[in-house]
Amino acid sequence: MKPAAFEYHAPRTVEETLALLWNYGEDGKLLAGGQSLVPTMNFRLTQPTALIDLNGIDELFFLREEDDELRCGAMTRQRAVERSDLVKRIVPLLHETMPHIAHTQIRNRGTIGGSLAHADPTAELPALAIALDASMYVRSFTDARWIAARDYYVGLFTTSMEPEEMLLEVAIPGLPAGSGWAFEEVARQKGNYAMCGAAAVVDLAEGGSIGHVSLVFLGVGEAPVEAERAATLLVGEKPTAAAIRAASDAAAKLDIDPVGDIHAGPAFRRHLAGVLAERVLTKACARAAGYEG
Amino acid sequence: MEQTISVSVNGRQYERSVEPRLLLSDFLRHEIGLSGTHVGCEHGVCGACTVLMDSAAVRSCLLFAVQANGRDVTTVEGLDGGHEELHPIQHGFWEKHGLQCGFCTPGILMTLVPFLEENPDPTEDEIREVLSGNICRCTGYQKIVEAVQLSARLIKEKPA
Ligand SMILES: Cc1cc2nc3c(=O)[nH]c(=O)nc-3n(C[C@H](O)[C@H](O)[C@H](O)COP(=O)(O)OP(=O)(O)OC[C@H]3O[C@@H](n4cnc5c(N)ncnc54)[C@H](O)[C@@H]3O)c2cc1C
Ligand code: FES
Ligand code: FES
Repeated sequence: MKPAAFEYHAPRTVEETLALLWNYGEDGKLLAGGQSLVPTMNFRLTQPTALIDLNGIDELFFLREEDDELRCGAMTRQRAVERSDLVKRIVPLLHETMPHIAHTQIRNRGTIGGSLAHADPTAELPALAIALDASMYVRSFTDARWIAARDYYVGLFTTSMEPEEMLLEVAIPGLPAGSGWAFEEVARQKGNYAMCGAAAVVDLAEGGSIGHVSLVFLGVGEAPVEAERAATLLVGEKPTAAAIRAASDAAAKLDIDPVGDIHAGPAFRRHLAGVLAERVLTKACARAAGYEG
Repeated sequence: MEQTISVSVNGRQYERSVEPRLLLSDFLRHEIGLSGTHVGCEHGVCGACTVLMDSAAVRSCLLFAVQANGRDVTTVEGLDGGHEELHPIQHGFWEKHGLQCGFCTPGILMTLVPFLEENPDPTEDEIREVLSGNICRCTGYQKIVEAVQLSARLIKEKPA
């Protein structure tokens, strides 16, 4: 038996859960899919006093369309999102990215809320949440608030949620017709956390110049990194190969400051970021212009 | 504090009193003596511990036994459905030498059961992709891929 002993709670409602979190504070841990939390418990890096299992809370499992947005309950399994026709239709970027997350056995348990809340700097979903301008619905026993994805990620494995708060749902605006999107990453092995990844969403204005662009990297900072300088360079430009190349170079040189680890040094990560930026911007622009499905 | 759970494993109901921190993998191996489920890493990486819970392939080292309360678990011991005959996937692995030491094999077989149900005609790329969640240190995977291809054929030929 590897994990340290804990008290186990299996609430059936959000209200019960919030009361438990209120009581335990820092000493209580929510158990979603367990695919990130249980490994750390098996290593005894995490030793919560109480484990609050969300798997029996039916109201947290849902996927629906509301006001042109995708609404996804925190406990919705990653595999359910991967297979959802609704997701494919209104947020195709999310659909396309899901298979990059771990392996089928992990996605069968792993949840959307767990991945978003875990805030791993090399995870796909936090970067996607920013690129897609998603919002998180967060509650505590006494309060409720929406947090924009941009303000949700504050550091390494750190969100702006308080210990007594939990994530209930994420709202992702649907991609309008005329927008283009793409995601790519480089991992040493299929399903492993990537060394670097990039997501792009592009809207073309009348006349075919770039109206809006969002380029977000994973794996090159303590949280997902938005390439703001690259976006500034692109807005108002025609999506030519030269403009995309210049913006990708700027993204790799100016927008990120990667540190190295045993998987990849800083120079290699910077190189990957430039290459991936160019690929996703090119694909997103082509899709926005209707050249590619 | 121990908790009483009741889990159906390979069609048989087991009732046990367990600590909440007991992993499902340890429950299967130590509490009910089904040691076919292997434990390689205990952090979700190797795939050796893969079992089916309510028909979905999952890591038993990342689940607590209390979470399997009231659920249906299938392990490699349940593959032949209590008969003496090998499951077509086991047959495919036997015939094509899809294993050497066999440590990874139970997890791979359990990953393949739902995979081949959903993808009766998988491409080699699809096979390699689904195998990405199971580490094998012996075979180099080539023979495993061939075994999966044969298994898919055997399942189709099997009289219903
Ligand atoms: C071998 C392996 C490979 C993997 N590869 C990848 C990969 O390539 N990309 C990737 O993104 N992920 C990967 N993962 C992680 C996987 O996607 C996890 O499922 C995910 O990171 C966490 O989701 P979970 O539902 O399992 O959450 P858990 O592990 O249960 O929880 C994670 C953390 O979030 C907290 N939490 C959970 N739900 C909530 C909530 N509703 N509100 C507030 N806090 C909450 C928990 O308390 C815990 O601290 C991998 C995992 C494994 C084991
Ligand atoms: S023992 Fe469970 S994945 Fe390795
Ligand atoms: S056969 Fe030895 S690990 Fe796969």
